[in-house]
Amino acid sequence: MSPDVIAAVMMSVVAAATPLLLAALGELVTEKAGVLNLGVEGMMLIGAVAGFAAAMLTGSWIVGIVAAAFAGMAMALIFAVLALTLLANQVATGLALTIIGVGLSALVGRPFIGVPLPRLPQLYVPGLTDLPVVGRLIFGQDLLVYLSFALVVGIWWFLEKSRAGLVLRAVGESHDSAHAIGYPVIGIRYLATLFGGACCGLGGAYLSLAVTPMWAENMVAGRGWIALALVVFATWKPVRTLAGAYLFGGLAFGQLFLQGLGFSIPSQFLSMLPYVATIVVLTLISRDATRIRLNTPACLGKSYHPDH
Amino acid sequence: MDRLKLEGITKEFPGTLANDRVDLSVVPGEIHALLGQNGAGKSTLVKMIYGVLAPDAGRMFWEGQETTIASPAQARRLGIGMVFQHFSLFESLTVAENVALVLRDAGSMDDLSRRIVEVGDRYGLSLDPRRHVHDLSVGERQRVEIARCLMREPRLLIMDEPTSVLTPQEADRLFMTLRQLKAEGCSILYISHKLAEIQALCDRATILRGGRVVGACDPARESPRSMAEMMIGQELSQPHREPVEATGPVRLEVDGLSTATGAPFATEIRDARFSVRAGEIFGIAGVAGSGQAELLLALSGEVRVAPASLKIDGKPAGGLGPAERRALGLALVPEERLGRGAVPALSLADNTVLTGWKTRGLVRGGWVEGAKATALAAAIIKRLGVKARGPADEAGSLSGGNLQKFIVGREISAEPRLLVVAQPTWGVDAGAAAAIHRELIGLAERGAAVLVISQDLDELFLLCDRLAVLYHGRLSPPRRTADTNVEQIGLLMGGMFEAAENADAA
Amino acid sequence: MPLDLRLEQRPQASAAWRYGAPLLAIAITLCAGAALFAVLGYPPAHSLKVFFIDPVSSVEGLAELALKATPLMLCAVGLSIGFRANVWNIGAEGQFVIGALAGGGLCLALQGDGGGWWLLPLMVVAGVLGGMAWAAIPAFLRTRFNANEILVSLMLTYVAVLLLQFLVHGPWKDPAGFNFPQSEMFAEGGLLPVLVEGTRLNLGTLVALAILGLAWAVLTRGLFGFQIRVIGQAPLAAAYAGFDQRRMIWASLLLSGALAGLAGVFEIAGPVGQLTPAIPQNYGFTAIIVAFLGRLHPVGILLGSLVIALSYLGGESAQILLRLPVAVAGVFQGMLLFFLLACDVLIRYRIRLGHSVRRAV
Repeated sequence: MSPDVIAAVMMSVVAAATPLLLAALGELVTEKAGVLNLGVEGMMLIGAVAGFAAAMLTGSWIVGIVAAAFAGMAMALIFAVLALTLLANQVATGLALTIIGVGLSALVGRPFIGVPLPRLPQLYVPGLTDLPVVGRLIFGQDLLVYLSFALVVGIWWFLEKSRAGLVLRAVGESHDSAHAIGYPVIGIRYLATLFGGACCGLGGAYLSLAVTPMWAENMVAGRGWIALALVVFATWKPVRTLAGAYLFGGLAFGQLFLQGLGFSIPSQFLSMLPYVATIVVLTLISRDATRIRLNTPACLGKSYHPDH
Repeated sequence: MDRLKLEGITKEFPGTLANDRVDLSVVPGEIHALLGQNGAGKSTLVKMIYGVLAPDAGRMFWEGQETTIASPAQARRLGIGMVFQHFSLFESLTVAENVALVLRDAGSMDDLSRRIVEVGDRYGLSLDPRRHVHDLSVGERQRVEIARCLMREPRLLIMDEPTSVLTPQEADRLFMTLRQLKAEGCSILYISHKLAEIQALCDRATILRGGRVVGACDPARESPRSMAEMMIGQELSQPHREPVEATGPVRLEVDGLSTATGAPFATEIRDARFSVRAGEIFGIAGVAGSGQAELLLALSGEVRVAPASLKIDGKPAGGLGPAERRALGLALVPEERLGRGAVPALSLADNTVLTGWKTRGLVRGGWVEGAKATALAAAIIKRLGVKARGPADEAGSLSGGNLQKFIVGREISAEPRLLVVAQPTWGVDAGAAAAIHRELIGLAERGAAVLVISQDLDELFLLCDRLAVLYHGRLSPPRRTADTNVEQIGLLMGGMFEAAENADAA
Repeated sequence: MPLDLRLEQRPQASAAWRYGAPLLAIAITLCAGAALFAVLGYPPAHSLKVFFIDPVSSVEGLAELALKATPLMLCAVGLSIGFRANVWNIGAEGQFVIGALAGGGLCLALQGDGGGWWLLPLMVVAGVLGGMAWAAIPAFLRTRFNANEILVSLMLTYVAVLLLQFLVHGPWKDPAGFNFPQSEMFAEGGLLPVLVEGTRLNLGTLVALAILGLAWAVLTRGLFGFQIRVIGQAPLAAAYAGFDQRRMIWASLLLSGALAGLAGVFEIAGPVGQLTPAIPQNYGFTAIIVAFLGRLHPVGILLGSLVIALSYLGGESAQILLRLPVAVAGVFQGMLLFFLLACDVLIRYRIRLGHSVRRAV
């Protein structure tokens, strides 16, 4: 393969990995606080449609990105009110969030179907970006790609090194103890949930503004669920989430590779690949039950009512 | 001037008045006991002092100034520290991280670790700041809790039932720490229902019953009996049992039992050996985390073990599940009542089906016999005097003591040949505890073998004919209760098997 | 707390609110729906009428309602068994599709000479087995490897839909079908008998009702139903009682898979009559809403499936008469589930605004 082809494939890996990475990082922070929000898919869809609509109507991709983050947060807020304030079952509420995300994004997005939009601008540094292979890969990405890497480092630092991160982990580990020593459990969980929503919104926007700059119904196509699986795969660690997202992004490479070898595999089977891979990976990682249990935030998915 | 003064503190929960116009004053440099049965309102009161709960009415004064304590953070700013009965520690975090969470200016972790060791040395609490809490024994965890409070140099320290998880020797060490704090001018509010230790430790006592203050006294001038009567409000009638030398057939034989539960932080049982005969009450002592929970799972069948290592009535039962073991005549009362012994959201009638579905004719041809279950629940309620409106009540709506009476009643009403019961009276008021003890004694007299697993030595000495002690998953050889004493069992509970042997010889 | 309301636990769950909450949720959804129509620029009262009254103002309409409700109640009653046990099969859609593929494939293979009376029963068996097989995958991975059944069952839905597309675009495409991606029409022997002449209401609805009745008996009076409840509410108590958790996971997943597969066969052997890429109608996902709306209880599920079926018909009628996008139906369904989850808090808690009542001293 020529350097150009390799570079193009690598770029497509980045494009496939970034939305997964953004959403998974957000969900990771949410889950570290003990909240299981299964509505990732719904939040990504709303982020995708809101980002696309805002970018198209204002002509500014920055407005689009900001709108996507806020739309994701708004969805997360609905989840938080139901699951954290009104103590609804978190699994059911998350499913509801996805169901309504699918319907609402389809409704809101109808006028935008088939409308093209320029892709998110990519960095260009004269000289550096023109380097063969690595040039575009390192110096030719867009804002959200760089942001996703910054988030990996930032979230790692926050959880491992900062006091606020310690408090967040404590809330996810034992909400009763955290309450007993005086931390506002519900408030902290609200913040973590909203942060997760914003990240999922951004992940959705990356699909509709960068991967395929357009809006199509249900365009997230299960990536929200794959992101949820990634969090388990990464055993709630940001750097492993990065590795996991790029592993899945690499499947795009695998698909191209198989076709390149001249196998006449029906396109449907190639499309199955990420879903089957998710199942395989999830099974392999979950096999070690002890390791999963040691790393899972102990209060994950449990409702908390301060009077008990 | 009083360090802390409460006037007319009142707190109501749906259905109960937990505190009713409580007055209390604590002066500097005293150890003040708050005495009362379970459910008397002690925990509710101290939670309000520590800002975890808000009073519905009443006034609080801190060093002469009227205050409202809205949060634990504010309580700590005032100089109040609290060691909870159920520790408020985070298992997956290190000791230093746990301490950092309650300090406003924790500084760097290295710096903090140094300070933790310093405070530990000063008060005789040896601690390794880098260890994870889940690796610590219960006694060590309590030291972390105490050190965490002392880092902030509190002027009032609240201790909620601190010795319930300690061996007698560990408790003595704790008292030394507390006396040192008192000498430095710190006030201590000490909650307990153990009268002997209150006599040994405390300067004054306030007694609560049914949410009200019913008296105050100088513990040194009272007898445990007089304090107990103030606490209970009537004369104490405790059941009594003379140890017997049982000669009946062996109902339970444990021979080389080891577990592999695989659960994180579990204390696996290694090579346990003992047997219980018909008509005998056998006790197993041990502090929390010594393997009692794991032993119980192995006995119940929730965790399978090698078939021959556990025999019920001579039949190998180690490989059988809970229902199959019940068919052999086993009944079992677990430690956790809500969520294991009973399903909170199900009715009492349905909860009889939980352990009776296979052996007691409550299910026929795959269908639950609702009428039979209701009749059984009604019979249990009547026999044990369970305070409930009827068999349709949800298990979760009963108080802890009443639910325990129901569960014990359910298991005993099966007339088992072998009953295993864990922490039978933990958190249960004195009246219910006496009723439960009477039932256990009665069952043994009717010829059943009874195995009591408990952390409460008083209870074990009251009931049992023979005792063994679990420590780190190892079981000591059994001794006759008549031939041993609290000190020796205490040494065994702390793992000092050799010292206990020496005490034996002495 | 970010919201200035306090929840006070009731000593016992409120029976009144257990049934009141879904009604309140439906009422709030209608109000919110009216507001949504107004925002979109449609007259609210007229739109609601088009949505919820017009579709069922004729015999054909009522028959269509029952027809739509059939797959919903079948899927939902299966899911509700698992949800009671805290086993979250959310891949009923995939099991539905595989059921349709298994039944349809069998029909295509055997109908050569028109088929006989035996064709339909065989299709039903194949569909049920197909749904069970698809649900067996998450059951196996969960019990053997501890893999989360939510994610596995969901991923398998995407795989199932892609498999359907491959088959109708490829090997199972009708050679005489002008290259449309769909199979041959099924022979008479492979179709469910119609119950009311002039409508599409068929035998499948009666079977579904019978299954609902059976499920009601087993779940409320049977040992199986008891075990499911205990495992869902208190897994430790289930272990203490000696209920086998793995067996319950298998049983609940296989049962929900079987019922979803059955719904899939009924769909292709009923209104559709062939295999097409449009078979997945989101019944499997919407059934999640039905299950919750019906309190995971068979009678509730019957009522819930009618409500949700009405929202499907309303969506179609609003699309034709008001030119509203079909997605509105999905929004209605999602809103309903949200409001229901919110109202459910009233079952176990009282809501107090501001501070609790102070007791006079």
